[in-house]
Amino acid sequence: MPKKVDLNRVPIPKQEPAARKKNFSEVALGYGEEEAIEEANRCLQCPKPTCKDGCPVNVDIPEFIEAVRDRNMVEAVRILKNKNSLPGICGRVCPQEMQCEERCALAKKGAPIAIGRLERYVADWERAHPEIAAKQEADCVAGGRKVAVVGSGPAGLTCAADLAKMGHELTIFEALHVAGGVLMYGIPEFRLPKQIVQGEVDYVRSLGVEIKLDHVIGKIATVDELLESGYDAVFLAPGAGAPMFLNIPGENLNNIYSANEFLTRTNLMKAYLFPQWDTPVKRGRRVAVFGGGNVAMDASRCALRLGAEEVNVIYRRSKVEMPARLEERENAEEEGIVFRLLTNPKSFMGDEQGRVRAVECYEMELGEPDDSGRRRPIQKPGTEHFIDVDTAIVALGTRPNPIIPSTTEGLELTRWGTVRADEATGRTSRDRIWCGGDMATGAATVISAMGAGKRAAADIDAYLREEC
Amino acid sequence: MYRILAREDLTPEIHLFRVEAPGVARKAQAGQFVIVRSDERGERIPLTIADWDVKEGSVTVVFMEVGATTRKLNRVNAGGGILDFVGPLGRPTEVEKFGTVACVAGGFAIATIVPIARAMREAGNRVVSIMGFRTRDLVFWEDRLSSVSDELIVTTDDGSYKRKGLVTEPLKELLESTEIDRVIAIGPTVMMKFSSLTTKPFGVKTIVSLNPIMVDGTGMCGCCRVSVGKETKFVCVDGPDFDGHEVDWDLLMSRQRAYLEEEKEASGLWESGCSGGKNHA
Repeated sequence: MPKKVDLNRVPIPKQEPAARKKNFSEVALGYGEEEAIEEANRCLQCPKPTCKDGCPVNVDIPEFIEAVRDRNMVEAVRILKNKNSLPGICGRVCPQEMQCEERCALAKKGAPIAIGRLERYVADWERAHPEIAAKQEADCVAGGRKVAVVGSGPAGLTCAADLAKMGHELTIFEALHVAGGVLMYGIPEFRLPKQIVQGEVDYVRSLGVEIKLDHVIGKIATVDELLESGYDAVFLAPGAGAPMFLNIPGENLNNIYSANEFLTRTNLMKAYLFPQWDTPVKRGRRVAVFGGGNVAMDASRCALRLGAEEVNVIYRRSKVEMPARLEERENAEEEGIVFRLLTNPKSFMGDEQGRVRAVECYEMELGEPDDSGRRRPIQKPGTEHFIDVDTAIVALGTRPNPIIPSTTEGLELTRWGTVRADEATGRTSRDRIWCGGDMATGAATVISAMGAGKRAAADIDAYLREEC
Repeated sequence: MYRILAREDLTPEIHLFRVEAPGVARKAQAGQFVIVRSDERGERIPLTIADWDVKEGSVTVVFMEVGATTRKLNRVNAGGGILDFVGPLGRPTEVEKFGTVACVAGGFAIATIVPIARAMREAGNRVVSIMGFRTRDLVFWEDRLSSVSDELIVTTDDGSYKRKGLVTEPLKELLESTEIDRVIAIGPTVMMKFSSLTTKPFGVKTIVSLNPIMVDGTGMCGCCRVSVGKETKFVCVDGPDFDGHEVDWDLLMSRQRAYLEEEKEASGLWESGCSGGKNHA
């Protein structure tokens, strides 16, 4: 008998905007058991599921959802973690609407299965049941080879976990004092609790992966020195390190931050708990955030939670072109973030103490599409105006950090300064060196970096087996 | 945890730590720095590398108590440890045979200039050093700097020890009387600024080591940006050494004061004894 199609997507409970804009606790609260099962029940269990094709790490989506439906959570965890070592993270920050959920058979009817919410539910269930959780025994084959991974963000963790499961001996070198990369310094607590990240990092450690913190590769050791010291292969996943600025007058005034700095202070260094924690961040009253991506949403919502009265997101195109996820934009709007669209900054004005006090902007209109396919913004003459601000955050994206390219001879770069790496395998111009994540692609998503880590792991494993 | 093998109080406010960090020691070069974090709640702060010993696997740093973080660091004793010690960061000082090099240092930066003077001398340069202090009680490492210099001039602001005055006066005399091929000036920002202004009319290239506020120290955040030759540079990856004649000193000093209010708040908390630092051994 054909299953009756249920188009009522089970909503995820959230903290109310008025309450959540004053705290750093997680906004989305997650499904309870009955909500999860109700949502899992909607899955059609397609004989030829298309959702899987939308997942960069090919999670067996219908299978894990079936296990949830059958209340077989141990099995659901096993299926999920077979392909994805970081489900608690992915369930929270993946843009599912552009991936698995977009390919769901019910997407055409506007009610795709909430795959991300179910993934999160399974991961959180496992965390709550450490005693009965499916302990995934690493499929350890003695005599594995030694692989070094540079960076412990999503690409590095995924690659290391996969290679460890294949029986290799893994060491991750992390520049910062905690593992997790952008998951720790970039994405705020209210969107991705740091405890969740550390739980998944601990899982990767439990597979036998050693994580060396405080190790800046290119400084304490070069990539070549790693290869000389006994590593058979190196996977580079250091992230896209260097922030871009606007290059307009006054940009070096005090209280003007890159999003990287503002978010690092707030999230990694826990400046929202200053002075109990030592690192400060300015608690601006009137804040301007420049950019229209997820990072701009994160920065503006952090500024709000630090006590801002008004937060303006200043973006030079219109809402349609904004790269931020719809969900994040809606969350920001609900919390009272103001979007000043088709607006571009011209210069910053400072006070006598060198602090920013205003930004001069002009209006834009959209012209013909540019290289990115989005309509190019053009300045409208005579539209200059001032916006009073005491804090500004520039969220324009990043370019690759120069430390590794400048210390690794023969590593070919693209014209954007990213490392040239084969998309399917992560292979670079150098033998025994692979690269993935933002370092290879420029700023992208957590899950696309994980996909790159996974593909590189498969290729590194194949290479190492051929070698011996 | 990085163990403190030895500590020394060079003056009541200037302290030396010899830290067990073999990986950093192996790669350290004159002019580079480390980022340290004393404890779980601590700030990441940059400290210049004063010395290193590959055989012992140790790196020596010298710091002055200026705020809550450095005061907290000072509570760590020999045998204790600090949580994070990352390096060696930044580009090393450019060392080659220039001819005669003047090494000018003020206050606790004496510790930074010693390895540079040593490296300059090993490269075949004649090294003339000038070290300046506020007063006699703050003088340290005169013998060390002397041992790596062909000539050493010591000044105190108040004249309580050796020559009275600022380092810029003997520097000017030196430039007038001798052919100097390069000047290295390291110390408080205002001292580096005026040393650079002193050398400028003589057209002698003057290298300064900048000390802005940093967070990650690896080029990721841009907190340490400065303007050099009208271009924005990140001190942590493009420096810390720059041409002193090209630095926008007023901008640097303004940015160094960005967190004065917060610093006061943290210091107040520290004095009232309820800081996270009390957890320290």
